[in-house]
Parts: sequence; structure tokens; C-alpha cells
Amino acid sequence: MTNVNINVHYVTRVEGHGDIVVDVKNGQIKECRFEVVEAPRFFEAFVRGRPYYELSHITSRICGICSVGHSTTSLRATEKALGVELSEQTVLLRKLLFHGEIIDSHVLHTYYLVAPDFFGVNSVIPLAKTHTDVVLRALKIKKLAGDLCALVAGRHTHPIAMTVGGFTYLPSEAGLREMKARLEEARADMDATVTLFASLPWPQFERETEYISLKKDEEYAFIDGVITSSDGFTYPIEDYRKVTNEWCVPFSTAKWARHNRDSYMVGALARFNNNFDQLHPRAKEAAARLGMKPLVTNPFLNTAAQVVEMVHSLEDSIEIIDQLLTRGIQQEKPPAVKFNGGSEGVGACDVPRGTLFHHYVYDERGICTQANCIIPTNQNMANLNADIQAFLPLILDRPQEEIRLLLEMLVRAYDPCISCSTHFLKVQFV
Amino acid sequence: MTSEPTARNNGKPKVAFFDFACCEGCQLTVVDALQTHLDLLDAVEIVQFREAISDRGEDYQIAFIEGSCTRKADEARLEKIRAQAAIVVALGACAHTAGVNALKNLHPLQDVRRWVYGDQAEWYDTYEARPISTVIEVDAVIPGCPIDREEFIGVVKALLLGRKPPIPDYPVCVECKLKENVCMFHVGKFCLGPVTRAGCGAICPTYNDGCEGCRGLIPNPNENAMKDVLSDAGLTVEEIMARFTMFNTYRVSK
Repeated sequence: MTNVNINVHYVTRVEGHGDIVVDVKNGQIKECRFEVVEAPRFFEAFVRGRPYYELSHITSRICGICSVGHSTTSLRATEKALGVELSEQTVLLRKLLFHGEIIDSHVLHTYYLVAPDFFGVNSVIPLAKTHTDVVLRALKIKKLAGDLCALVAGRHTHPIAMTVGGFTYLPSEAGLREMKARLEEARADMDATVTLFASLPWPQFERETEYISLKKDEEYAFIDGVITSSDGFTYPIEDYRKVTNEWCVPFSTAKWARHNRDSYMVGALARFNNNFDQLHPRAKEAAARLGMKPLVTNPFLNTAAQVVEMVHSLEDSIEIIDQLLTRGIQQEKPPAVKFNGGSEGVGACDVPRGTLFHHYVYDERGICTQANCIIPTNQNMANLNADIQAFLPLILDRPQEEIRLLLEMLVRAYDPCISCSTHFLKVQFV
Repeated sequence: MTSEPTARNNGKPKVAFFDFACCEGCQLTVVDALQTHLDLLDAVEIVQFREAISDRGEDYQIAFIEGSCTRKADEARLEKIRAQAAIVVALGACAHTAGVNALKNLHPLQDVRRWVYGDQAEWYDTYEARPISTVIEVDAVIPGCPIDREEFIGVVKALLLGRKPPIPDYPVCVECKLKENVCMFHVGKFCLGPVTRAGCGAICPTYNDGCEGCRGLIPNPNENAMKDVLSDAGLTVEEIMARFTMFNTYRVSK
């Protein structure tokens, strides 16, 4: 009978510290889970007492990879609390910056973190020698995404110019034109990316679950909207707690979330399943070439859904720049901030790894008195563990090393971002 | 480099990256530095970099450490790295000054744990966030939140040549003047540029946002004069302290 004992201490090529533990005796699964061992950082506790204009700059430091996502979500929470209305130009620039991060984060995950598994190497570095064109393409797309963020907000990791109500700095029209030309040129790189990922032998594994994301009728939702579930539920953002229902499990290291079932999934695949209609036509073409059409229930294809989103974000960036250039970049007066004798607000964005919520309470002077942040990776923890438990029996007959690799690939497919550790628990095991 | 070149690595120094409490944005900046400096991989052999590589080599001469020490268990891990590495480099604000992690030090620890984790507060092993230099000897520092890409390359080059890394000890104002930026105080904003270590190219003032002090203070800063300037600019004592504590709580509270 099969005995398998796997203990992957610190899964590599993911953001933050997480372990896989598997114990199989005589073909019986005794233990099988993904644990989180990241040091808690306590952001929600220490933003209390800080002035409103600092919140997005502090909370962007939750995560270096999705710092634009945290900043934007933080600003939306603050702006809703303080009655700040955004101009059309600000909304367009925020969307453009957000697309930069979607491409940046997805190229990192798809090329740098996931692709090495399919080439049978430990990292992207050996590929520089064996698949130079692939690595140079990845570096080129990554640089393009970083430069797009820098054009709008000064830099990608911890954006500078994005502030409550608008931007402290505006890109030049010449800079936007140059960026548009580079984005158009990158269409060929996106095309090659789709070809590459369409050729990969994704592990076969289907497990349908509840898919949750933001939704907007008029566009593929990344910023604002309503919360939607593939099980047919819709909620305003302010009711996020009805969706996330955080709960503690004694054998886990993170707060988990569940809604209509025992678990749900957020991220690129959930957005793809819920918002396929709003994808750019070229992104739909990419999906067809990747063999994807909703409902996609193979979690490994979360990575493929990210490829589809990269195409969407590239195309929508080009359209947004066209709109900005047609309008002309305008110097604008910052909108008014109203303290209203104390108030609260919830911001939500679908950041690269899924739906992110920030919820703040401010006092009459605009000082934060309460904060709650619910990050995508936490919401995915229960679903990831359910997938691991459903997947393991299907591969138990494989050699132990192959089982370990496949489980690591499943964890990586979720693109977990453990550093976003505001809610992560470290639990004593008995 | 203290170790002898070996045939296995063709004399390339072996480099490892580690992280403690942080956002991993500085390691991401290292990955991004490869976009323009891919030849870096010809100069060093990376044996451990969990965020990007599956290898876990324990034989290394240079250790880059991102993140703050925030719990007793971190100390042993830091000491183990120190025992192995000939050169330890603090990578970014969290390792250098304890960064934003130290904001929790402004609150009673028990209160912080209860706020985030409620009834399970006792499960968390955590203490005041601190720079790694309070636990182990650090040979070089790359300041900033996040680090500056070019400065990282400059420090690596210096280390490979056996030179002292070129980290400025003059304030951000110098770089801001060279860029001919309008002073933040002249446009009604406030800025820690006069007391903050340069090296970032004054990137925040360049984007019309005042310096937040992420690179730590210059040697012998005149903090009282800085507070007077901020006060004259219309900040309340509370706001002045907020500015000073964002990245420098550990220093301010000592």
C-alpha cells in the first residue's frame, strides 16, 4: 500500500511563507493541507491613529507585488468615507495604472513562477540560456508594465503620485503617446504569450466551486462595482462581510472564508467565469486559443485566465490612453474632503489575485479609528485546501516526487500572496 | 570575498536572499533589476531566493535580508544566516529601520494582537518590530521603501569589487535641488527631505509628494529644526509626529 510523506517547508516561487504537509499511510490520507507560516504584521492595528492621507501609502506596504491594488482599494475606502468625488480623468488614470499592475503581476506569475515547472527547471534563470526568447519576452513585458505604472504614479511598487481624490502628478501627453506605441508593439508579445501557454500540458483536474468577483455591466470589473457569485448572489460592496464570513479552523494557519458552499474561489479564473462577456474581443480570442470558455473548473487554468487578462489589460490600456489624449490632460483642483463628524467607507477592487476589501472608520478630524482588510489569498485558503484534498487521491499512484511537484503546482496556480498577511494566523499544532 | 573560488561555481560569489516581516517589494525590485542588468547573473550565483527560485543552497557568501525582526524565533534564523555569510546586507527599509512594521510599536503589543486576532491573540509570538542590525552585525545597507534599482546594482558592484557601498550621507534636498524641483514647502506641502538620507533621486518630491523618510535619517540630523520647519508649514504636533514615525518609529521611540 502507498505511503507518502511530503513536507515542503516554505513553498518556493510564491509570495510569502507557506508549507505543504501530506501524510499518507497504507493508501489512507492522514494529513493533507497547505499551511501559512508568515509572520503577522498587524497593519489593521497600527493604521489606527494615522491621518487619512497616509492610509494608502501605509497599506500599499502590505504587498510589494499588488501595491497598486492595495493603494487603490485603500483610496476608495477613504474617498467613500470622506465623500470625495473623482473626476473622469482621475478614474481613467486609476484604471490605466491598475492595468499596469495586472500585467506586471500576471507576467511575474505566469512566466517567472509557473512556467519553470513546465520546462522542468527550478526557476526562470536557467531558461535565459535554453529559452532566451521566452525570457527576453517576459522581461520586456514586465518592463513595459512597470514603465506604464511609473508613467502614471512614479513607480509600480508603492506608487507615489496616487492620492486621496486624484494624483499629485500627471503624465505628459507625449509620454502617453509613447506608451501607446509601445503597448501596440507589445501585441505581438502577447500573441506569442498566448501561443506559449496554449501549448502547455496543464494537469487535468476538474472541481467546480463557487466563483466570486466584482462585477460591472459596462466593463470588466477591477475597481468598484458589486460583489457577484457564480451561485447567483449579488451584494453591494458594503456588505462584504456577508460574503467573506471569515472563520477559524484549528488545524489551519489562516482565517478562512466561505459563502454559499464550504469554500469559494477568487482571482483571475473567478473573474473570467463571472465577467467573460465584458472581456475585450481580443482577450476572448485569446481565451478561445487557450481552449477556455466559461465555466472553467480546472484551478490550474487560473494561470491561463491570467494570460487572457493580460491581453485584456493591454487592449484596454490602449483605449484608455486614446480617451485621455482625446480629452487632453487637464490640471485639476483637488476635490473637497468632508469629515462629516466621523464616517466610514468600504473600498473593493479585484486585484491580480482576487477581490480585496479595505474598510475604514474615521473620526471628525480624519484620523483612522478602525480598519479591516480582507485579502484574496485568505478567501482562497479553504478552496485551495479543498482542491488539494480532492486532487491528491487522483495522483496517489505517482512517484512521491511527482506528487510533491503537482501539489506545489496546484498551490502556485492560485498565485497565493502570503505576504498580504494582515489576517494570517499562526496556530499551535497539537 | 573571504571564500576561495571553487571549480563548481567558477569563482562566482554565491548569493542568497532571505525575508522576514516585509512585503517582498524589495526582492521584486531585485527581480526587476534583471530587466536592465541581466548580466548580473553572470557575475554571481544565486543559490537561494525563495520568491523566485526553487533551489535552497545553504552555501553562500553574501546574504541579502529583507524584512524586520518581529519575533524571538526570527533571531535564531538571523544568527544562522550571519554565521554562514561573509557579508550581510540589509535590503530595504524594513530590515534597515524596521520601516512601517515598527508602527505597531506605538501601540501596546497586547492591544495590537487582540485587535487583529481577537480571542486567539495569545497564539501569536510577536514583539516590537526592530531593524536586523539590533540582532546581528550588518555589513551594508540598501535603504528605501522600496529600494532603488540602480542603487542596488551599485551596491552589488561595490561588494564584488571589495569596496564600501556608495550610500550617500547627505539629505534628499541635495538631489531635489539638482533636479531643479520646486521645493515642496513652497507649494504648501510638507517634506522630510532636509533630514532624510539621499540616494533615491528625490523620487517622491519629483512626483509632487513630500518625502516620507523611508530611507532613514542622515547622520546628525537636526530633528528639532525640522520640526520647527514643519510647524511653520502649518502642521500640528500630531501631524509632525505622524510624518516622523511613518518609517522611523523605531528610531524616534528610542
